Amino acid sequence: MERTFHHGKHELHGITVVVETSGAHTFIGRCDDITDERVVLLDVAVHDGAEGPKDDFIAKAAKFGHWAKEKALAIPRESVTKVTRLADVTA
Amino acid sequence: MPYDPQLVQPMRQELTDLGVTELDTADAVDSFMGSKEGTTLVIVNSVCGCAAGMARPGVKLALRHENKPVRVGTVFAGQDLDATARARAYFPDVPPSSPSFALFKDGELVHFVPRHQIEGQDAQTVAFNLMSAFDQHCASGQSA
Repeated sequence: MERTFHHGKHELHGITVVVETSGAHTFIGRCDDITDERVVLLDVAVHDGAEGPKDDFIAKAAKFGHWAKEKALAIPRESVTKVTRLADVTA
Repeated sequence: MPYDPQLVQPMRQELTDLGVTELDTADAVDSFMGSKEGTTLVIVNSVCGCAAGMARPGVKLALRHENKPVRVGTVFAGQDLDATARARAYFPDVPPSSPSFALFKDGELVHFVPRHQIEGQDAQTVAFNLMSAFDQHCASGQSA
C-alpha cells in the first residue's frame, strides 16, 4: 500500500472520494485513511438509494461538491467494492 | 477552532501579495460583494496542504492571464469563520468546501471550482481551470 508524507496515511488522504459498497449505501467524503479494516472518511455525504439514482448523486457531487451529513464515518473494508477519486468522475 | 494566526499568515500573504483583497469580517465581505457590476472572484483559502498547497500557486498563475476578474477577494476557511460563512451565503446552492473559487459576473455565480477539482492537481491545472472561466466570463475590456 503506497503511503504519503501524511504521517503514514494512505495515498488518498485528503482527497475527496466516492466509496461504493456491496450494500445500498454509497459515500462521498474526504478520505482520512484506508486500512485493511476500514475506509475512514471525513465530512461525508451518504446515499442510501432513497433520494434517487446513485449515479445522479455522484454526478451532482462531481460538478458542485457534496453536502456533508456526517462529520466522520468508518466503513468496513469488506463491504467496500470501489473507491474512486471524485475528481475522476465525469459529471 | 481557528489555527494559530502565525501559521496562517504566510498563506494569507501568498494571496494578498498578489493584490487580492483580504475579507476577514462579514462586513468586509458584504462591502466587497456590494459592487455587483463586472466580475468578481472569491477565493476560499484553506490551510489544508492536500488542496490549498496548489490552489494559491494556481491563483497566482491565473491572475497573470490577460482576462481576469475586476475584483478578487479572499476569505480564510477555518480561520475567519464569520467572513467565510457570509461569503458562502452568496453561493448558497453550492456545498461548502475549501479551498474553492467562486466567480461572479454582475452579481451572479457563473463558475465554481470545488475542493475536489483542486486536490492533487498541479498549479498549472488549477490555473487552467480558472483561466478558462476568465476567458469565458471576463472580457478583456473588463479586466483590472
